[in-house]
Amino acid sequence: MALIELSGIERRFLLGDTTVHALAGLDLQINAGEYVAVMGPSGSGKSTLLNLLGLLDRPNEGTYKLEGRDVTTLSPDEQATVRSTRIGFVFQSFHLVPRLTAAENIALPMTLAGIPAAERNKRVAQALKDFGLENRADHKPDQLSGGQRQRVAIARATIMQPALILADEPTGNLDRHTGEEVVNLLEALNAKGVTLIVVTHDQGMGARARRQLVMEDGRLKTDSLQTPISNLAEISG
Amino acid sequence: MRLTDTLRFARDAATGYPMRTTLSVLAMSIGVAAVVILTALGDGARRYVVGQFSSLGTNLIIVLPGRSGTGGFNPANAITSTPRDLTIDDAGSLRRLPGARRVAPLAVGTSEINYGGKLREVMVAGSTAEFIPIRNFELAQGQGLPEEDWNRGSSVAVIGAKIREEMFGANPAIGQLVRVGDRRLRVVGVLKSTGQGLGMNTDELVIVPVSLAQAMFNSNTLFRIMIEANSRDAIPGTKDQVMETLKQRHRGEEDVTVITQDAVLATFDKLLGALTLAVAGIAAISLAVAGILVMNVMLVAVTQRTGEIGLLKALGATARTIRLAFLAEAAMLSAVGALVGYLLGQLGAFALRQAFPVFPAYPPDWAVIAGLSTALATGLIFGVMPARRAARLDPVQALMKH
Repeated sequence: MALIELSGIERRFLLGDTTVHALAGLDLQINAGEYVAVMGPSGSGKSTLLNLLGLLDRPNEGTYKLEGRDVTTLSPDEQATVRSTRIGFVFQSFHLVPRLTAAENIALPMTLAGIPAAERNKRVAQALKDFGLENRADHKPDQLSGGQRQRVAIARATIMQPALILADEPTGNLDRHTGEEVVNLLEALNAKGVTLIVVTHDQGMGARARRQLVMEDGRLKTDSLQTPISNLAEISG
Repeated sequence: MRLTDTLRFARDAATGYPMRTTLSVLAMSIGVAAVVILTALGDGARRYVVGQFSSLGTNLIIVLPGRSGTGGFNPANAITSTPRDLTIDDAGSLRRLPGARRVAPLAVGTSEINYGGKLREVMVAGSTAEFIPIRNFELAQGQGLPEEDWNRGSSVAVIGAKIREEMFGANPAIGQLVRVGDRRLRVVGVLKSTGQGLGMNTDELVIVPVSLAQAMFNSNTLFRIMIEANSRDAIPGTKDQVMETLKQRHRGEEDVTVITQDAVLATFDKLLGALTLAVAGIAAISLAVAGILVMNVMLVAVTQRTGEIGLLKALGATARTIRLAFLAEAAMLSAVGALVGYLLGQLGAFALRQAFPVFPAYPPDWAVIAGLSTALATGLIFGVMPARRAARLDPVQALMKH
């Protein structure tokens, strides 16, 4: 069974008096454990797609089934629960809470979910170790380097052991070397079975994914499952 | 989110923005401090006046010459319209009343006291032996006025503490002859120092027998007659008896006014209590203003932390969680403000008491409770709107504003 099943997704925005079709007639299936890169020029609908997949946004039409369950009809609070337990987000600008320490930022999803402090501390300690942040636990985000910040963000995204990680330009604010480290981390998570969907402009990073989706004008232009990889460079290059 | 986590999250959010937190706490604390200090002043005034009235004596009934109310036609009015003097014999007749324990006539005037070349103006109270116990005065030295026929005043005087000090200094006063007006009087007693009281400062008072005072001031009328009733319950009955007796003596004319200490006390108590309430109401306006400020601060906080709210939503926070977090923060701001204000207010009241020791500036409990709960309630009520706004933010829009 597919982890994600989108069928006939439409998402329209009103800009002034013109309607913009951010997503138009999108059908997509992603299986559990896949590593997918979503690419395409600005305004092609990548971010809208990611927001929809993350249940931050609702489609105007179409259905979105996550793990076989139609999640478009859920109430906002039910969607929040799904986000809390099944989806982890990694953002380009890290989105750490500046007044909280690294450990507190990592624990935040558990805090919001009401997990007791003892359990939180145990899991945070493990996460700090896994991501090489042991001696940064009590640092505030402004005392961390970019790479460390994104590692905190990834630790936070994985702390609830989600089935799906959505990463929006995870290396966009990082230098090449740190970006490489972060991608390796994400790929290691994927290797353990987590489904990874990355939105990126970076050809190199996109090419590392096992499946590439190229978006244009709210439509899926190419899907490497249907198109040989050799052609992809031509199309998106 | 768990309650302790919500509270910690709110606390961290509040301390994360020290400037706006300080300002809203300050506004709230000024409001609460205003309530505490102003009601302490109002209630202090009430206690002060009531205390002063109580110190006049216990179970007092006071007779004043002249009628205060306007009566209907009275045959007596047709004969004479000038009120009769209140005389020593009037006072004497009241001694026979069953409800009266003590009776003291009082004639007052000012005169000069002269001893050893030192001269000063004094207030002279003409009365009898029972004046001192009725008024709860205490003697520091010697004794009070002698028990004697009220119409035959012996040439003695009881003097106030300050007069003794100014006239005699370190020398003994008892037994000395002083000149008061044109009389030579022997000092038989000295009053204990009591400080400033209502109406009469006993420290600068000279008490002489009532007939002597009348002769001195060349007057037949009394300033007051003071009657001490047997008990509190006996006050109304005795008051009627006093009125009846004096009416008979004055040929059926009600030309005196009889007041009871109780009535005066109750009136002052009510008046000043209402004043305190009014002052508290005015101070409460500042609490409402503080509540609006807390709302503004929280609205700013929502705008400032839009990105954070978006993140919390992405991480799985429900609308309720976010609402509670912001509400807890608003409640915390007003609670801390209320607490600081309470301490400031108590400190202010303490400073007032230090500066004016006779003035019992204690805030009443009801005002403290009302002030604190108004502060908390306004903080919460005005926190609801920003919290709802935060909870309703669209996560996609909110996340973009980071």
